[in-house]
Amino acid sequence: MIPTYPIELTVNGRRRRLDVAAHHSLLDVLRDDLELTGTKECCLVGECGACTVRLDGRIVDSCLVLAVEADGSDVTTIEGLTPEGRLGALQEAFLDRGAVQCGFCIPGQVVAADDLLRRIPHPTPAEVQEGLAGNLCRCGCYGQIADAVLAAAQVKGR
Amino acid sequence: MRPFQYARPATLAEALALLEAHGPEARLLAGGTDLVVRLRDGTIGPSVVIDVKRIPELRPAIRQVGGRLVISAGTVMTDVAQDAQVRRHFPALVEAAEVVGSVQIRNRATLAGNICNASPAADTAPPLLVYGAEAIACGVAGTRRIRLDEFFVRSGETTLRPGEMLTAIELPLPVRRMGAAHVRRTRRRGHDLASVTLCCGVDEAGLTRLAFGSVGPRPILAEDASGTLADPAAPAAAKAAIFEQMFAAASPSPRSMRASPEYRLAMLRVLGARALATAIERLSGQERPR
Repeated sequence: MIPTYPIELTVNGRRRRLDVAAHHSLLDVLRDDLELTGTKECCLVGECGACTVRLDGRIVDSCLVLAVEADGSDVTTIEGLTPEGRLGALQEAFLDRGAVQCGFCIPGQVVAADDLLRRIPHPTPAEVQEGLAGNLCRCGCYGQIADAVLAAAQVKGR
Repeated sequence: MRPFQYARPATLAEALALLEAHGPEARLLAGGTDLVVRLRDGTIGPSVVIDVKRIPELRPAIRQVGGRLVISAGTVMTDVAQDAQVRRHFPALVEAAEVVGSVQIRNRATLAGNICNASPAADTAPPLLVYGAEAIACGVAGTRRIRLDEFFVRSGETTLRPGEMLTAIELPLPVRRMGAAHVRRTRRRGHDLASVTLCCGVDEAGLTRLAFGSVGPRPILAEDASGTLADPAAPAAAKAAIFEQMFAAASPSPRSMRASPEYRLAMLRVLGARALATAIERLSGQERPR
């Protein structure tokens, strides 16, 4: 019998209580237990950034965090950054600039870009590259993604 | 991942008791950016993972105690890079912390974990060696300080004894004015490990310290007390001879995919000269420390 551990998370503002096995990652629990499938599983070694979420105010690769470690934490996923029934300004900018091809990496890209714009509201192109260096796009949309982030930074209110 | 048990000690004593009880079956978890990868790929299969992040002494903190800067073992790279005291006194450590992985990795990876993992390519090892850092090791038998140069053995192996854990890394505040720079070569920024990682520090008394990694089983520290390297007017041939002595200990693996031994040894010389020039510039105040 694999032991489980009771944890409590605040996910996108909602309090969740769960019992998790120690070897289940935060990514596993978000996708499989909470059915928040916007966060993607890809490389599982912390290189691609598809599983990026915000944990207690800082972005992390959720594949490298054990769910049990995150007990008591505040988690924001791509679902939490998306207003009900529409897209946010940053997401619109991704569409406007043609930054979304296959789309698989985009949730992670958006969570990382959102984090960058929170830290640096008006980033330089170099700061965008650095802020998104942990997110791979195998369609190779890096130029369009950087343009989208710079365009979103121009939008009033960011 | 293979199942394991999880322990979250609330005190240092509890953590040490768990380490003692489980011996080699236990693994310590701080940031997890290396540990979780190895749990998943099966290179390690501990029966218990001990999460040290909630031990009060290990909570992220950088504070000055006497003439030393104490960085607790739970402190992540992002905190190291942003801390005003680290930026003021140890700018080359900031440069190294800023190139570890990506934002996501730096938000999670600890400085202590980077050292305990003992990767030859650890980017923070060269500046810590140049700045004369010490590891604070705690065990049931007591606490001891280990000079970082005596901490690394080979990849994944340190002089920590069974049952010991790192609680902090301490850096003596420089007594003499010093200029230092960290430089590296890598194939891709944001993911890849360094093909060469190097730090050079020059102080006002003419002592030059050079530390480099990813060119052998452990990071290496070398010193030039003759004043030749620190002297901008010294002949290039004299400097080259000293560099050659310093680099003699480098022995890059021919099996690594990242770069060939020839490339690494060639780049070691290029980076050494560049870091020395920047360190001298910074010492002379042409470039103010960040």
